[in-house]
Amino acid sequence: MNAKVFVTLKKGVLDPQGKAVQHSLGSLGYGNVQDVRLGKYVEIKLDETDKAKADSQLREMCDKLLANTVIEDYHFVIE
Amino acid sequence: MRYAVIVFPGSNCDHDCYHAMKHVLGQEVDFIWHKEESFQKKYDGVIIPGGFSYGDYLRTGAIARFSPVMKAVDGFAKCGGLVIGICNGFQILLEAGLLPGAMLRNESLKFICKDVYVKVENEQTPFTRCCNRGDVLRIPIAHAEGNYFADDETLARIEENGQVVLKYCDKDGEISQESNPNGSAHNIAGICNEARNVFGMMPHPERCSEAILGNTDGKNILASMVSHSSIFTGGCSIRYTDYKQAQ
Repeated sequence: MNAKVFVTLKKGVLDPQGKAVQHSLGSLGYGNVQDVRLGKYVEIKLDETDKAKADSQLREMCDKLLANTVIEDYHFVIE
Repeated sequence: MRYAVIVFPGSNCDHDCYHAMKHVLGQEVDFIWHKEESFQKKYDGVIIPGGFSYGDYLRTGAIARFSPVMKAVDGFAKCGGLVIGICNGFQILLEAGLLPGAMLRNESLKFICKDVYVKVENEQTPFTRCCNRGDVLRIPIAHAEGNYFADDETLARIEENGQVVLKYCDKDGEISQESNPNGSAHNIAGICNEARNVFGMMPHPERCSEAILGNTDGKNILASMVSHSSIFTGGCSIRYTDYKQAQ
């Protein structure tokens, strides 16, 4: 099965890259852009048929490596 | 004294650390490749140098922290051995959970390579014992991810515990927003763990440890380690295998 993992900076953690992109969008004329947060998108191909097992494994992968939970949140979708 | 300099793929300050410890401070030094799972000799301290371990992929230090050698470093730290992480080394120690907090991109989004001033906030650590409280050191930084972050509770705790060892300041020792090069919380440039034996700093002391380089301020940090080892452990040291046996 395939998993899509999204890693984003936690609310309240300043995102300097997001701010730069927001300013850039503003200067392109998109004055209604209120906030931009940048994150990471990870695609994982998993040799696993048990969805519950995949779910707990992915959670472990995120906690251990894919996200730094001091500054980042994550969520994933299994397909 | 004998020191270990850990080498990851992408480390690039390993030779500078080796040179400063061996030729400037006259200590025995070995390079330890990241594939080693334990130390073969006894060491008085471990240095995790700067660079771009694993190309900074995913997050700075995130992959290096799972290198086999980090098990040895972890064991060495847990039995009281001195561990210093410089720049990327600091980032690795944060990722490994040996120090609290995390690094964000610099507020300016730029890679900053310049001399900065740091103030010694706590001189009672093995890494600053050759300094006085309030000393202002001029040491270069070279990083894109040095914007120290920790939640408010952690920041309050490490301030209270005296774990904030170095803070960015101006040349007169004034700690201000203007003297903060990267947006670090509380102007933090270097912190230690509660036990004081693990220390991380973003500036590079090994780059300013001898007169020929025009600045010797960094020598205070490295010499502090040597001084600590010679006084407090009388030259004995701990190796990872001892730690395993103790368990």
